[in-house]
Amino acid sequence: MSGLRFEDIRKHFPGVKALDGVSFEAHAGSVHGLLGENGAGKSTLLKILGGQYRPDGGRILIDGIACQFQNAAAAIAAGVAIIHQELQYVADLSVTENLLLGRLPQRYGFVQRRAARLHAVARLRELGVDLDPDARLASLSIAQRQMVEICRALMRDARIIALDEPTSSLSHGETEVLFRIVRDLKARNKTLIYISHRLDELYALCNACTIVRDGRKVATHAQLSTVPRETLVSQMIGRDIADIYDYRPRPLGDLRLRVQNLSGGVLREPASFEVRRGEIVGFFGLVGAGRTELMRLVYGADRKRSGALVLDGAALTVRSPRDAIDAGIVLCPEDRKEQGIVPHSSVAENINMSSRRHHLRARLFLNKPHERDNADSYIARLRIRTPGHRQPIRLLSGGNQQKVILARWLGEPHLKVVILDEPTRGIDIGAKHEIYHVIYELAKRGCAVLVVSSELPEVLGICDRIVVMYQGRIRGELPRAAASEQKVLQLALPSDQLGAARIAVR
Amino acid sequence: MRHMQTENNDGRTAPAALAEYSLVLLYLAAFAVLSFTVDNFFSLRNMLGLALSMSQVGMVACTMMLCLAARDFDLSVGSIVAFAGVLCATLLNMYGSVLIAIVGALLGGALIGAFNGAVIAYLRINALITTLATMLIVRGLGFIVSDGQAVGVSNQGFIALGSLPLLGVALPVWITALCFVVFGIVLNQTVFGRNALAIGGNPEAARLAGINVDRNRLLIFLIQGVVTALAGVILASRITSGQPNAAQSFELDVISACVLGGVSLAGGRATISGVLIGVLIMGTVNNVMNLTNVDAFYQYVARGSILLAAVLLDQLRTRRENG
Ligand SMILES: Nc1ncnc2c1ncn2[C@@H]1O[C@H](COP(=O)(O)OP(=O)(O)OP(=O)(O)O)[C@@H](O)[C@H]1O
Ligand SMILES: [Mg+2]
Repeated sequence: MSGLRFEDIRKHFPGVKALDGVSFEAHAGSVHGLLGENGAGKSTLLKILGGQYRPDGGRILIDGIACQFQNAAAAIAAGVAIIHQELQYVADLSVTENLLLGRLPQRYGFVQRRAARLHAVARLRELGVDLDPDARLASLSIAQRQMVEICRALMRDARIIALDEPTSSLSHGETEVLFRIVRDLKARNKTLIYISHRLDELYALCNACTIVRDGRKVATHAQLSTVPRETLVSQMIGRDIADIYDYRPRPLGDLRLRVQNLSGGVLREPASFEVRRGEIVGFFGLVGAGRTELMRLVYGADRKRSGALVLDGAALTVRSPRDAIDAGIVLCPEDRKEQGIVPHSSVAENINMSSRRHHLRARLFLNKPHERDNADSYIARLRIRTPGHRQPIRLLSGGNQQKVILARWLGEPHLKVVILDEPTRGIDIGAKHEIYHVIYELAKRGCAVLVVSSELPEVLGICDRIVVMYQGRIRGELPRAAASEQKVLQLALPSDQLGAARIAVR
Repeated sequence: MRHMQTENNDGRTAPAALAEYSLVLLYLAAFAVLSFTVDNFFSLRNMLGLALSMSQVGMVACTMMLCLAARDFDLSVGSIVAFAGVLCATLLNMYGSVLIAIVGALLGGALIGAFNGAVIAYLRINALITTLATMLIVRGLGFIVSDGQAVGVSNQGFIALGSLPLLGVALPVWITALCFVVFGIVLNQTVFGRNALAIGGNPEAARLAGINVDRNRLLIFLIQGVVTALAGVILASRITSGQPNAAQSFELDVISACVLGGVSLAGGRATISGVLIGVLIMGTVNNVMNLTNVDAFYQYVARGSILLAAVLLDQLRTRRENG
């Protein structure tokens, strides 16, 4: 039979049973969804498929033949391509070089640049991806880098293609391109595995779906379209969530933060906005609309060209993140790998990194017992899956790393403004629910919460007000009562693209 | 199924703690073997000699650890040792005051360190290039101050500094031990030390977490300058003169010791116990080669091989741990 079959795959890491006997089958010419909480073992399964990890037990069959890959190269040679959750590109090389990494056309040891470029251009066009072949990866957006990664895997003409949360940082348009590519591959009789925390995407793309929890398979649905959403959610997290957003209006207080004529970097036009105590304001826009840049300016992470901040009625000078934090303004960055985690340090280190200065002994020495308790309490509260606070953070699953970074800021004692840049990227539904509650909690304490998010339902679901940005400026603002998908998109998109984008959001 | 060959990075391998212990065990085993096979190795006299000979490298390795932890690098320490020694001897001959001489030398070291740090942190010049330059500049300064000659000292108080036994152990060894204690505490118990590791682990994340990255880097180099100058002063006292061409390739000994002790050149990982073991390994190797009369030429080869082995070890460790 043709396709891919996992048989009783088991894998454990020190202190963690990542996979505990997972079996299912994915057929050629179909897309098989993989769904599960953060840390359920999805990425581990793909890494085993890709030859990066070796299973403790069980086997993988491709077209009925058992395969045991000794390393990633063997898997690639056997026609398996994995697009990993954490991107693996060379930032200083061009798009062309990244696409052909390890396979650059050469003669007498010299790279044939023209041939390489032509090849890359041809394949990019074939896949319908609009990228400059000469651009350095470092100069591209995360979304574009991800596209490069996907294209590279596709260019190897793999038979089995697995995508690990590929859309987590793609824009609407790019998501649409990816969907088209996936459907196209399906039509060409490839076997596809697709991991996502977005149920909409799974419904849109997948024929079948397997749900894993705590390293075990809970169910495989051969016909995903017939399975109601509630079933998937409860099978995934082991309980029901009636309303994931669970929004309740709360009274707003006085003006907390006023941002006046802020500009710098790509933000050419000065931006101004205000937030009140206890208010949750969403910032929506396309990837590249300047939301992250605006927040980084507020936070002092980038240099401002102009602008002033007024916090609780008093002028505030912010020249560095340090200044912002001292004033009670914190930011959870969007790119956790590059800007959030300190990979080799422990979970506890990562959590206490900032707030520890409030708990010093003799103003000099760390208060280790307090730091331990603090870490443990957030691990419990946010349900961070880790064998303990000593675990290096890089060994946690992507979603769990995100929660650790959130915990870092929740420990700050005098929070006034909390900026969350894509706080639920890569986070499972249950954890999202928990994070929304954390946000409500902060707002109830009087914090102003600014949420940058590319997920429209989320912005509509949790925010009191939505600010929409477009091409480096604030284009409009909608109070919750007046906001609808339609109206927000009208502000976020160039007018001619409205129709196409609505499909992508669905 | 072949199961044992590839070095997959999947955590099947022992955790970092075990890797560290394995180094300790390895050292203890080698130590035991050497005690039985090499004449005069296992004697109190030789042990004290070994400790004394490594005291300078040990002191500077403590601060180099912080430097490497923060993903920086310092090649200028050898030159600073020589310069501080020369400066100290010159000041001593000029003013006749041990205090002035030592304070002057430490101040000189602080200035050089601060200069390194300022150029690297604020002008954003690569640490390797910057300290390569200051390595030459400071070596030159040493020659200029001393006019190319060794500067002899006869002040008995000063000479005592390098040889005075306290409870049977020479003062420099005590100072080095103190350095290990102090910097062990700095690394593990203070915000400064943890910040150094965070900066090395991910500079941008550290900055966004509110750590003043530039100031921390400057401070690390400044401290390194002072401690290195202190090592230079002690060396001058031990050899009763300031030698402008002393401590050649000292920086490499220090860095090798750190890397042998598991400090990552990529930053973000360091332990004080590892550095101690690294220093002991270096010292023991040198000591044994001297005891067994290995030709000086071959000693270079051996030391180079150890450096290579150290870097390779670091590589393997990184490769294994990169999930
Ligand atoms: N190299 C490793 N060493 C130790 N533990 C690991 C390692 N890799 C993964 N784990 C652990 O195994 C479990 C499964 O991780 P995995 O990355 O497969 O989760 P996931 O389902 O992909 O989650 P997410 O949705 O957050 O990406 C987690 O608890 C994780 O901490
Ligand atoms: Mg994952």
